Amino acid sequence: MDSEDLIQYVDFVASSGVVLSSEQKAALQTSLVIMKNHYKFHRVYLWGKILGIKDDYFIAQGVSRDEMAERKTLYSLDCVQWNLLPPATKAMRDHTSVVKGRFTGDPSYEYEHTEIRKIGEGEDATEEEHTIQVKEEDRLTSVIATIDEEVAIAPRGAFVKTPHGEVIRNRSFEGLSVSEAGKLNSYFHLREPLKLKEKTLLEKADLDPSIDFLDSIEEDIPRGGSWSVQFERGSGLVALRSLVWLGYTFFHVPGTLKFGSMYIGNGEKNNDLPFML
Amino acid sequence: MSTKGSKSGTPEPQNNANLQREMEIQNAKSYMLKASTNTGLNLYDHLSRVLTKVLDERPDNVVDIIEDISKEAKRSKFVYKGDTVRDEFDKTTEVALAETHKMLFEKGEGEGGEPEAEEEVETPLPNIMELSYYFEQAGIGLSREECFRIFLALKQLVDTRPLQTVRFWGKVLGTEMNYIVAEVEYREGEEEEEEEEEGEDKDEEKDEEPQDEEEGEGEEDDIPKPDYKPPPVIPKEENRTGANKKVYFVCNEAGKEWVKLPPVTPAQLAVARKIKKFLTGRLEAPIISYPPFPGNEANYLRAQIARISAGTQVSPLGFFQFDEEEEEQEEGEEARDTYVENPDFEPVPVRDLTDPSLANWVHHVQHILPQGRCTWFNPVQKQEDEFEDEEDEEEKEEPDEPEPEVGPPLLTPVSEDVEIDGMPPWTAKVSSHLVPQYAVAVVRSNLWPGSVAFCHGRRFENIYVGWGHKYASENYSPPPPPPVQEEFPSGPEITEIDDPTVEEEAALKAAKEEHLGEAEEMEDVEDEDEDDD
Repeated sequence: MDSEDLIQYVDFVASSGVVLSSEQKAALQTSLVIMKNHYKFHRVYLWGKILGIKDDYFIAQGVSRDEMAERKTLYSLDCVQWNLLPPATKAMRDHTSVVKGRFTGDPSYEYEHTEIRKIGEGEDATEEEHTIQVKEEDRLTSVIATIDEEVAIAPRGAFVKTPHGEVIRNRSFEGLSVSEAGKLNSYFHLREPLKLKEKTLLEKADLDPSIDFLDSIEEDIPRGGSWSVQFERGSGLVALRSLVWLGYTFFHVPGTLKFGSMYIGNGEKNNDLPFML
Repeated sequence: MSTKGSKSGTPEPQNNANLQREMEIQNAKSYMLKASTNTGLNLYDHLSRVLTKVLDERPDNVVDIIEDISKEAKRSKFVYKGDTVRDEFDKTTEVALAETHKMLFEKGEGEGGEPEAEEEVETPLPNIMELSYYFEQAGIGLSREECFRIFLALKQLVDTRPLQTVRFWGKVLGTEMNYIVAEVEYREGEEEEEEEEEGEDKDEEKDEEPQDEEEGEGEEDDIPKPDYKPPPVIPKEENRTGANKKVYFVCNEAGKEWVKLPPVTPAQLAVARKIKKFLTGRLEAPIISYPPFPGNEANYLRAQIARISAGTQVSPLGFFQFDEEEEEQEEGEEARDTYVENPDFEPVPVRDLTDPSLANWVHHVQHILPQGRCTWFNPVQKQEDEFEDEEDEEEKEEPDEPEPEVGPPLLTPVSEDVEIDGMPPWTAKVSSHLVPQYAVAVVRSNLWPGSVAFCHGRRFENIYVGWGHKYASENYSPPPPPPVQEEFPSGPEITEIDDPTVEEEAALKAAKEEHLGEAEEMEDVEDEDEDDD
């Protein structure tokens, strides 16, 4: 959620139980502005909160003018002091994906993961225990990157791709209509499009290249099951909740350009989704 | 004259130039006015519209967004007719919801005339707004407006039914709609009869069926009788006891009708522990799962509410205590299941409440045993009453007396809770480090994510906002189907043997005839002997 509108918009996601105390809101107001100035970000987003056992992490992201280029992620334990997280590389993400369980809340904590590997062949095979140490910071940044890749969404038309290739906010975006807001194909993933090129030519003909340059969420597996779309306040607010990453809530007020999202959760994927539908 | 001539000399080429320019302008204009064959628009009108819009609105950096403005202008020319229909659609849903909400805000009819009487009677309605303030400090809850609407909806609930206590239990999220749950206790003796009648009818039907089957099989002795007896149905707990101590009402949206949830049965609890399903938001939705859940979504929701309450409803140590008088009467194995507020409760300081050992919090809801009840029910006794068939009694094996299941007694401290995968089951925090004088102690469950309790001085409360599922770090795997039933053990009496071959039969026949021949000779000899005598 954009830091400038944070205070007003956080009420919109309150229907999922997402609430910030007044102290946190006040602290965020000041610290995010300082951070924006310090790192020379074009925009700062409060990404959300990852709940750990002892303590919770507040996560913020800063972007430059191009919204999909380098995003810097920062975390804080108290909404005042923000620390930069290392960017998540593919190797790091694979490395940390073996760790299961909750986050502890201590950024210097190291998880130990032991694997038993067989070395040798046939009868001479011996088992060797291989211990991997995973830092909590690495795990944090990998999880945030994974969540962004899998569930960060925006309404269709909110972002445009300029002829230079930059992705910027669309100033003429006036919001989705109510009927459009209820359909999954009006929302896009904010990530490099994976499925766009697989579309047939017929489908591509209807697309508008400056707006439809991202994957729609309609294709998410399981189809029609990984998102919960609900209208609150009659048709005055539409809330999308991800069922894969429980805790991710996206809201949009149809007819206006108010939209935003927040993740407040454990940082664990819901792999049981097919059983639960 | 010459000057005039000379004067007219220079404007002429200018005139010519002007005329030429005029011609070019006319050409250009007529070109621009040419209507497009596809859309019927022409460039001239379009550009004038776009420029008018730009000059009226004067946006910043207009050159960057000029293409968008142009596209909008084109689009708006076509979409117009659809708008009227869509507007109708929007207004009905929003207006309908606003109407339901408006009803909440109307005062009850007929009670407006006696405000004094209302003040005297203690209302069971809790002060939701105060609680929402504390929960906001704790970092969980709903927006103020939603809380207020829930407040009014609870008031409506209180006004229409005779209730002893009312509590806002929480909100359970679903895929299509959400549930707002209220926990109530009826006043003594009210509204319990309807549920009991329905329950008894069902139990009677089940008793009759196994008896019919037993009688039919007893007549034919040849068929081996199965040893299998279906496990007895464990009866649900009475209302106001155990897992059914409180009654729950749900509604999808504050202002809509409150629906009472049926009491929970041990069978439902046992299956609910094995499955993990999202709630859709419709109470009559079926739950399709393995093992099959005996009920629909209303039952599943009730079972989950029971589990969450039993697992995570906590209070500060000393707030509740056992009633002194009742202790003497109850003896033996009956666990204490009632508690009363302690009038001498002294507020525990926040620092003690947030101690990681959590010794200062206790559970005030009874633990649910694996059987599905809070007090253990011995299924063996019931079996002997049901059987009337005498033949079967001889063959019936006495099943081993099942061990009584014991759970932690009421008011055990939270520090005794089992750890999950090596991590503590609760997280205790102070709501604010900056202002510790007014901070609130917050305790959050790691076993049921979404369940939070706070305590500040004498005020404490629990709430749940979540999807209604337990936390498991390992993935859910559905229970495997039961093993294939064993066949009747093979023994000599049912082992098939080959039919004798022709040679064997002939040999046997010959042997028999010989035997008979000898026997006849013996008899003849005896007869002769007798005759002789």
